[in-house]
This record gives sequence, C-alpha cells and structure tokens, in this order.
Amino acid sequence: MSAEAETLADAAPALPVGHYAYDQVDRAFLHDRVEQFRDQVARRISGALSEDEFKPLRLMNGLYLQLHAYMLRIAIPYGMLDSRQMRELAHIARTYDRDYGHFTTRQNLQFNWIRLEDTPDILARLASVDMHAIQTSGNCIRNVTCDQFAGAAADELVDPRVHAEILRQWSTLHPEFSFLPRKFKIAVSGSPHDRVAARFHDIGLVAKPGHGGKVVFDVFVGGGMGRTPLVGVHLRDNLPEEDLLAYLEAMVRVYNEYGRRDNIYKARIKILVQALGAEGYRARVDAEFAAMDRARYRLPPETVAAIRARFGTPDLAAPAGAAESLAAARAADRAFDRWARTNTHPHRHPGYVSAVISLKPDGGIPGDATAAQMDRIADLADRFSFGEIRITHMQNIVLGHVRQDQLHALWQDLRAVGLATANIGLIGDIIACPGLDYCSLANARSIPIAQKLSARFASPELQETIGDLQIKISGCINACGHHHAGHIGILGVDKKGEEFFQLTLGGSAGNDAAVGQILGPALPEDATVDAIARLVDAYLVHRNTGERFLDTYRRLGAALFKDAVYAVA
Amino acid sequence: MPLLENGQVVEDPWTMVGPDDPLPPTGAVPGDAVPGDAVIVPLSRLEEGLARPPGGKLGVALAPDDEIAVLRTALPRLALVAVTFPTFRDGRAFSQCRALREHLDFPGEIRVTGRPLPDQYEFLLRCGASTVLLPEGDDPATWARAHARFTTAYQPAVRDERAEGFGLRRLLGRLPA
Repeated sequence: MSAEAETLADAAPALPVGHYAYDQVDRAFLHDRVEQFRDQVARRISGALSEDEFKPLRLMNGLYLQLHAYMLRIAIPYGMLDSRQMRELAHIARTYDRDYGHFTTRQNLQFNWIRLEDTPDILARLASVDMHAIQTSGNCIRNVTCDQFAGAAADELVDPRVHAEILRQWSTLHPEFSFLPRKFKIAVSGSPHDRVAARFHDIGLVAKPGHGGKVVFDVFVGGGMGRTPLVGVHLRDNLPEEDLLAYLEAMVRVYNEYGRRDNIYKARIKILVQALGAEGYRARVDAEFAAMDRARYRLPPETVAAIRARFGTPDLAAPAGAAESLAAARAADRAFDRWARTNTHPHRHPGYVSAVISLKPDGGIPGDATAAQMDRIADLADRFSFGEIRITHMQNIVLGHVRQDQLHALWQDLRAVGLATANIGLIGDIIACPGLDYCSLANARSIPIAQKLSARFASPELQETIGDLQIKISGCINACGHHHAGHIGILGVDKKGEEFFQLTLGGSAGNDAAVGQILGPALPEDATVDAIARLVDAYLVHRNTGERFLDTYRRLGAALFKDAVYAVA
Repeated sequence: MPLLENGQVVEDPWTMVGPDDPLPPTGAVPGDAVPGDAVIVPLSRLEEGLARPPGGKLGVALAPDDEIAVLRTALPRLALVAVTFPTFRDGRAFSQCRALREHLDFPGEIRVTGRPLPDQYEFLLRCGASTVLLPEGDDPATWARAHARFTTAYQPAVRDERAEGFGLRRLLGRLPA
C-alpha cells in the first residue's frame, strides 16, 4: 500500500463492530421517515388526522398510549448497538424520560414517560446516531431478532446478523406487508442451539451451511404465545439463501390474503396455519412461490456480500497466556469465579469470551437500566469490547468480545456500578413484562412478583445449587413475559379486582420448545412466592444428580409439584 | 371525488356500476368525453359486462376477499381492475395488486377505492396500483406530499425501480406528471 493510500485508509472511519454501518442513503431514508412522522404528529395535533387514523401511524413508529403516558419503543435491530448509540439512549432517558429505560424481550428499548410533542425530536436525535423506532409496533413485520452471541459464539455455524439485517431492510416499510392482519415476528438463529426461541415466532429461521458451504435455512412457522400458545410448525428444510426473500414474500403474502381479520385474537399466522393445517399452508405457500416473479425477489450472493461488508469486524488478537491469566484470576477470587462461570459464553476465538451483564439485580426490575448505567455500559464496551453492545431477549446485555485476560477488570468495573449480578440462566434471571405498573392491557403487576422472587433467591450459592431454571412472568394472557415458555411460568389474572397468579410448569423456548402446563388454581399474590419456594424445594429433593428442573418435571410429572404448591396444612 | 395518478388529479373517464344499477349499452354513457363508454362492474356482474357488444372499455371491481385467479380468463378483455380498502387497516388489496401484476401480468389500470390513507400511497404504487379514487374529504395536496416523501426504499417491488448503491435499496423513480 502506498503512503497516500495508507493515510486514506487510516482516515476512513472504521465500521462499527456488531451492526450494519449506515451510509448517506440510509441516513436520507431515516430523515425522510422522521419528517413523515413530524407531519403526521402535526396533522394529529391540528385535527386533520383522527386518533383512529393516527393510531396505526404512531404505532408504526413505536409510539403507544399507555396507562399513564406515551411509551416509545426504540428498535435495536437484531439486538446490536454501539457505544455511541447507547450514549444517545442515555441522553434521551435523561432529557425526555425519567432517567431510565427498559430493555425488552424483543431486544428493543422502551421509554415509559414520553410526550407526544417531543417524539419527532426524539426520533431526529435517534436518526443522528442511525437509530429509529420503525416497526417496533403495529400490524407489520416487527424488529427481527437474533442470537445475542451472533458472530461470537463457539457453537455458531452461520453468522445470523447479516441475514437479520437483510430482513430488516426487506421488511422496512414493506409496501405489501405494512398492514397485515396482525403483528409479525421473525427470529434468525445461526447456531444449532436455539437461543432465539425460533419455534415461538411467526417465522423462525435456523441458518446452517448446506451443500458446498452455501447458507440454507430451516423454516418454522406459526409459533407464538399469547392466548393461543403454540410451538411453530416445521415448514421446510434447506431453503437456499437466494430464495430467502422470495419464500418469505410467499409466506407472508399467503398470510396477508387469508389471515383472519374479523377477530384480532385469531388474526395471527399461527391461527391460519392451524386452520389450514401444515400441509394446507405449505401448499399455498408453494403455489405462491411457484407463481411469483422469482427473479425479482432473488437474493444474489453479491448482495449478501455487500451487506456483510458493511459490518465492522473486531481485531481478535489476544496475548498468549490470556486463558491462563483468566484462570489465575478466577482461582484467586471466588466471587469473580462464580460470575465468570454464570455470566460468560464460549467465544469462537481463543483468548476471548462473551460477557453477559445481568439487568436483574437482586430485588430489581428486570431489564431496567438508568441513564448513568447506560453511559457506563457504553464506556465499558469501548474499553473491553470494540464499542459493541448486544441486548438479549432475556433482557440482559452482552459484551460480545472480551479478552480473557481483561475479564477480571471488566467485572470489577461492573461491580462498582451494581451490574455484576451472577445470575444468568439461574432462578434470578427472570423475564417479566411491565405489567399493571405501566401496561393498559395487564390484569396484574408482574414487577413486584419478579422483585420478591429475585430477593427471595438472592443468594448466589443457592442459585447455583438450583441451577438452570427459568422463571417468566406475564401480567396478562398476551404473554409478553413469555410465561408459556418458562420452566416456571407465572401468569397474572384478575379475580374480581384482585390480582392472582397462575403457575405453568414445563415450558421451554429452546430446541426442546414446549408450552408449559397449568399446575392448578391461581394463587393470591402473597402466596405465590412461598409456593414457588416449595416447588423449588420439591425439585431439590427429587432431582437426579445434574438434572435440570425442567427435566425433573418432565420425568416425574406434575403431581409432585402440585402437592408441594397446594397441599399446605 | 378526485382521481389521483402519479400524485396529480386527473379526469376520470370511468363509470362505476353498482350491483343493481342498469348496465348502460355500449356508447351510451352520458357525458363521456371519448367515443365508446368505460364502465366498471362488480365481479358478480363480470359475465354480463363481458357479454356487451364490443366497443366500450370494461373494468371490474373486486372485494378484498375475492381471489385474483378468477380473473385469469377474462383479464385480457379488461382495461381496469378496481381494488378496495374497506378500512386503511385492511391490507389485502396490496397483495391483490401484486398478484395482478406478477401472476397474471395485467398491464391495465389498477384503481384503488375505499378508504386508504395518503401515508399508504407509495406502498400502493409499489405494489402495482396506478390510480387512487380519493376518499371523501381528502386533500389531494396531502397525497401529493406523501407521494414525494421518500426518495429510496429497501425492497424489491413491482415497479421497475433502479438499484441504489448496494444491498436491496431502490431509488424511487418518479414518473413524469
């Protein structure tokens, strides 16, 4: 390289690690979108738009009218952020909200106390850091989710971020699919170990290498939770990458044409797939796929390569002895050792590890982060992980590429700001929806139950003894807290104005996806935490060595746990 | 109600015939500026429309739950297909437009009726619609603004939009007014 070229290369800003880098065309698009919304808000305020007409427009910009205020849901495409973006979110929290934000199971961020008049300005601020709130709500294709360890996980076969970005682009203001019968959720996994709940999505895609190393997809359809929880149907294997968009067009088009529109509770694609049967739905999709102009929707390898090239790649050089350095630090510090055991994930590159920052402090509100914590996480991402941050569908945060010899320093800094809770995958790592504290749909408060359970099981030793156990809490049957997929699910129900909680056991969102079964009558709030403690005790007594709660439940059935919960003298 | 084409109000030479209206004989539409008439019949009266003596132009109006495939044989004799939005929330007409253009290669006019929103205008055009009969009380200027709002889009559509840069992006070319 010539000296001049070298200088130019040095001068060019590095692409952000983790997500697709916008260019001027992408930015112009976002600008158009912000101005469109500014105009829509002005039309609403002037009365040119009725609330009925404005509602779907604001929803397509993530703006809900909740119990107390407007809630703005900001898109974090496939959960990937950079430190600059995180700092802007902190700024918005401080300036326009009450100093905190809430990370969601869709890998998004919600602000709960927003004023309508401020939203065009907030969207403009977001656009200044290549962010938006497009399609975080409404009856359209929502924010595409993917594996929080994408591009880093040791078990990964295909990096799903590139395809998630392709689907983000394809679905953004999709002309045909912006007024579907209902919301539509897609998740992409690139690992044989499903960390995206692919079987609980409207469409779940599992990418893998096919013949000659070309990427192919296994396709699941019609999974979901809510009132009618269903594990997705396995639609087909080995969908070639080139046909990805064409096939998805066909899948969603069949849904747009035949999905029910007379009853919003029966409008999701899962109901259509059940009504037609897997064979019936597949036949219609295949007919559509055969009839459509396939060349128009072909996804050529050059396009995939061009989008992949817009992702910055980390320079994963680690000093020799990084692993030994980490081992020594763990041996010397028991608390760090525990955190390293629970809150890290194996990295594909020697000398590196992915670190999970728990947003579930003991007694805290799952997924909440203050503006100061967001700023701090941004700083730590810059220092330890190429400025890259990932949001997990478990409402935690991941620093994807941390050098093993720097993990101890990261942990010390996290501990200083109260972000070093060692509970990932354990009973304290609870998913909870906002519940009746914020949500106009809820029947019960989810947050206090989550806080009480988290405080009850705060002991790290106890949590590790209990092992892999997922508690998921929803404040109503819409199941935003994924209770159906919880090993222990908790559903808030309203009984004559009082909050009760129904327990489900045996759910799972992974490769062994299953809908939990209702254990028995719902319990009053003050009895629920004790009941779960007895349930956990019963498990500890009856488990085989090394057996997860879920497996003990599956082996022994519900009776034992039913007794533990209900047979109280 | 104004008829919009490419963001501009244009004259409407077509007459909508309701399910119970008498079908005017060819060349007998009052006030028709061009020789020969142009009538749009509901799908239920398609046979009747096709049975008229030649000379006039025929269009058919579909309901959102009508299957596009039923037009397969009649389509070469149709100059217009009307699709409708009973409410702006019901997006089935988008797919009907796409099916007409892609599956059946329909080259004629696709007219949008009912109650679409101006914010859907670009979507309609990109799915293959050509004209929109504006809902009662809508300001054509709002529709014209919506038409000019975006300069790029992110996915392939029915229009022959040029690729923009890399990836899936398309430049939304404006047809001359």
